[in-house]
Amino acid sequence: MRLGELIPAPIAQLPWHILFLILAIGGFGTVVLFSAAGGSFTPWAWSQGIRLLVFLGLAVVLSWVPMRFWEKLALPGYGITLAALVAVELLGAVKGGSQRWLDLGFIRLQPSEFMKLFMVLAAARFYAMLPGAEVRRFGGIWPAVGLIAMPAALVMLQPDLGTALMITGGGIVIMFLAGVPLRLFIGGALGLALFVPIAVNYILHDYQRNRVLIFMNPEADPLGTGYHISQSKIAIGSGGLFGKGFLQGTQSHLDYLPEGHTDFVFATMAEEWGLAGGVLLILAFMLLIRWGMNVAARSPARFGRLAAAGLATTIFFYVAINLLMVMGFAPVVGIPLPLVSFGGSAQMTVLICVGVLMSIDRASRPKPGFRRLI
Amino acid sequence: MSGPIRQVTEAAQAFTFSRRAFALSAGQIGVGALLAGRMAWLSVAENERYKLLSESNRVNLTLIPPRRGWIVDRAGHAIANNRTDFRIDLIPERVEDAARVLADLARLLKLDPSEVERITKELERARGLQPVPVAENLDWDRYAAVVVRQPELPGVAPTQGYARNYPAGAAVAHLVGYVGTPSAEQYKESKDPLYLAPGFKLGKDGLEKALEPKLRGTPGARRVEVTARGRPVRDLDTRRDVPGQTVKLTIDAGLQEYAARRLGNESGSAVVIDARTGGILAMASMPAYDPNSFSDGISRLEWGMLSEDDHLPLTNKVLQGLYPPGSTFKPATAIAALRAGIDPERTVYCNGGYQLGNRFFRCLGRHGSVNLHRAIAKSCNTYFYTMGRDVGMDGVAAAARQLGLGAEYPLPFPSQRYGTIPDPAWKLRKYKESWRPADTLNASIGQGYILASPLQLAVQASRIASGRELMPRILADAPIVGPMLDVPQERMAMIRSGMDEVVNGAGTAVRSRLQLDGIRMGGKTGTAQVRRIAGGARGGLNVPWKYRDHGLFIGFAPVENPLYAVAVVIEHGMSGSGAAAPVARDLLTYLFDRPKAMETLEAFEKQWGGDLNARMAAKAEAYRLVRQAPIPIATPSPHPEATPPAAGGRE
Repeated sequence: MRLGELIPAPIAQLPWHILFLILAIGGFGTVVLFSAAGGSFTPWAWSQGIRLLVFLGLAVVLSWVPMRFWEKLALPGYGITLAALVAVELLGAVKGGSQRWLDLGFIRLQPSEFMKLFMVLAAARFYAMLPGAEVRRFGGIWPAVGLIAMPAALVMLQPDLGTALMITGGGIVIMFLAGVPLRLFIGGALGLALFVPIAVNYILHDYQRNRVLIFMNPEADPLGTGYHISQSKIAIGSGGLFGKGFLQGTQSHLDYLPEGHTDFVFATMAEEWGLAGGVLLILAFMLLIRWGMNVAARSPARFGRLAAAGLATTIFFYVAINLLMVMGFAPVVGIPLPLVSFGGSAQMTVLICVGVLMSIDRASRPKPGFRRLI
Repeated sequence: MSGPIRQVTEAAQAFTFSRRAFALSAGQIGVGALLAGRMAWLSVAENERYKLLSESNRVNLTLIPPRRGWIVDRAGHAIANNRTDFRIDLIPERVEDAARVLADLARLLKLDPSEVERITKELERARGLQPVPVAENLDWDRYAAVVVRQPELPGVAPTQGYARNYPAGAAVAHLVGYVGTPSAEQYKESKDPLYLAPGFKLGKDGLEKALEPKLRGTPGARRVEVTARGRPVRDLDTRRDVPGQTVKLTIDAGLQEYAARRLGNESGSAVVIDARTGGILAMASMPAYDPNSFSDGISRLEWGMLSEDDHLPLTNKVLQGLYPPGSTFKPATAIAALRAGIDPERTVYCNGGYQLGNRFFRCLGRHGSVNLHRAIAKSCNTYFYTMGRDVGMDGVAAAARQLGLGAEYPLPFPSQRYGTIPDPAWKLRKYKESWRPADTLNASIGQGYILASPLQLAVQASRIASGRELMPRILADAPIVGPMLDVPQERMAMIRSGMDEVVNGAGTAVRSRLQLDGIRMGGKTGTAQVRRIAGGARGGLNVPWKYRDHGLFIGFAPVENPLYAVAVVIEHGMSGSGAAAPVARDLLTYLFDRPKAMETLEAFEKQWGGDLNARMAAKAEAYRLVRQAPIPIATPSPHPEATPPAAGGRE
């Protein structure tokens, strides 16, 4: 094995195919942002590219952290993040206005972003600790429900419907995989079907309710909130099979498509690259998620299995909610397309997820020395 | 916990996990497939539709208002043409911060506060894409100042187009009317997108309105790529407009302007008709508004001034003004007598009036024995009372109608009033009363129920002058219609010679004879009472202006072979000979000897204080000063606090 001799083992051991896949997705995202800025590296493409490399490096560093560390960090991390969410809420109340971030002076942290990660880790940790027989009992369910409900409620207060949905979804996926009885999920789904109309009418903020109602019928308000969805569909639909060509998108360049570099970046891409570009991007994301699910399947430890599947599903939620939204299948909830949309938060969260996944993957493999002996 | 049980549980858990993870993965792949399928649906199946939508987003079709067809006079001189115009409009839908944009525009364009107020109001009422005019007829500097700042002023649309121009200004106001921006109702009615194009104007009155289909033309179009905020990026292609057709009138532009100026400060109208073709050479109604400023949209101040003026500058008196024709009607009674076969040499003895039952109808003098010729020359009421009674009202009315009174002509004007030629049937219909002989007497001298417009009086003059039933024409290509009247030519000549006598013999208008060698004018003066004044007193200088008599005159020249017919009505001018006949004289003089007529006019204008434009400007300025002067404060009412408390001790 000549390669193994030339390159130090820790480097050779990296899951290069995944790193390349992420570089490919992120690199394509940078190209799209370059076009969205009218053929300019500023203001988006350049900083997005730099950040991609920095966070990818961070992911590699995280991959060397032993899995046991994550297991131990899960509950304390969850607690700290929850405290930060409360702090954000209090700060907002004091300042008289809602806010989502904590200003630490040198960096602005969005605790809700970290909560997506720690929700999964904490729930996985809980079920890993729980004796097998307890999972199907009441004692195996209410703590998990509590774990989910507290951050979800706090994020809803911000108000951030999309993130609250993702946190709830992450927790529920862990419960599902841990073996909580199926009838609870079926019952829950039925309950949700009853609850959603009530929530839409009484709990959501006006602008959120509007978005949901407009989503049901975007043409009813072509110049208001429905404008986003209509223009996004026009951008995607007018792209055709192979798109209008790089830098040739009119919807994005003439500003018809709102948020063309953030939440609706997929529409910007699809207009110029067409169905071909879109299917490739979806395929790339599915490969990444598939890899995460395989990491889960390979992991011998219960925590590793649950956490890996939960993290993979978190990435899936990002992609799915965003794409359903830009294609007019979901209301506009403000979830970016990770690695492609401009903005550091989602990029960082997803790459931390990837880092933790790589760490779990490493733990499930035989020790390098041992492998070489064979 | 014992080992084996735990082993079993863990294996079961792992089994549950892998089963459920499989389901989860399947769900994820399902969603992925759904997304790819949805995308394929949008971009392949519905591609055509979205491509179209994307194109209609990107491409903004701007209509270019067509250049309006010219209106020219008989010689081809422009009465209405177009000039290049720089204008600024606001598109309400695209305006983001109306207050800021307006403040910027007011500063850049130096708009005065009343204009800003008007724009604010119109902007509040306007919706969607209907443009609100901000300023028109701008100079290049101010226009350019806005154009360079256009990106910071969303909703502001500067356009370089054409604006209607009337070189003669107020002199042609009532003839051609004016153009204006289509109203919201007009747009709703037609749904024509051209109506929304900035700078597009359509005819609002007069010929401009009546000839709209001919004058409009076909709009051009410009396809421009625009951003979502409406900023143009680049021109894609342009289709030229097709200008409207030129319309040629029978009007003599010089005479038209002369007539308007010659009417001076009076409230009056003058019509000149070509006595061979029926072509209207001039029809002026004064005072008038300036159609140029009307077409640009007038200010409230200007509108207030025009609508409050008792000389009615907004009314086209040629077509809308109705007056008792007074003595100018007498030739019609004379023709009625001739048609009835009455011998023109038959004499009637005038002893100062006509006795009807117990009423005595006065004449203006004691004319002794008068025949037709002398009756016209002296305007003897007694003679026409007698003729009226002999012929009967039906005969008088028939003759009047044959002379064009009480009729509407096939002219392209939005509205004409046709006045009244009464007869017994008419009176019964209108007042449910039977016709009385006194009514016939009043009608025979042009009083009573008879009403005619100045245009009708001119047509009457042209028919007397030509002996033909000439139809008035205003369009140069309208057919000439003029069948002979059913009165023999030599008898018509008798009437004309009576009218010759009026001006050139011992008649009522001798002071207004033409000062030209070998050309004589025939005519008939008329003085119409505005209200019945006890004791037959006339409304002269001793009564307020609005109660004074109207002065009328109809005439023609040259007497032997008339070329031109004229009618002049001066409202409250007190007498036909004093107020109307001199105007008619000068109009005809203009047609035969232009320098001489101009000399007369210039002398008059010196007296009046400048030419038409100067006087109108002075009047507007005076009005503005009065309206804007602070209202003098009456004795200030004392504040309650300031009132000293009532002294105590009062019971």
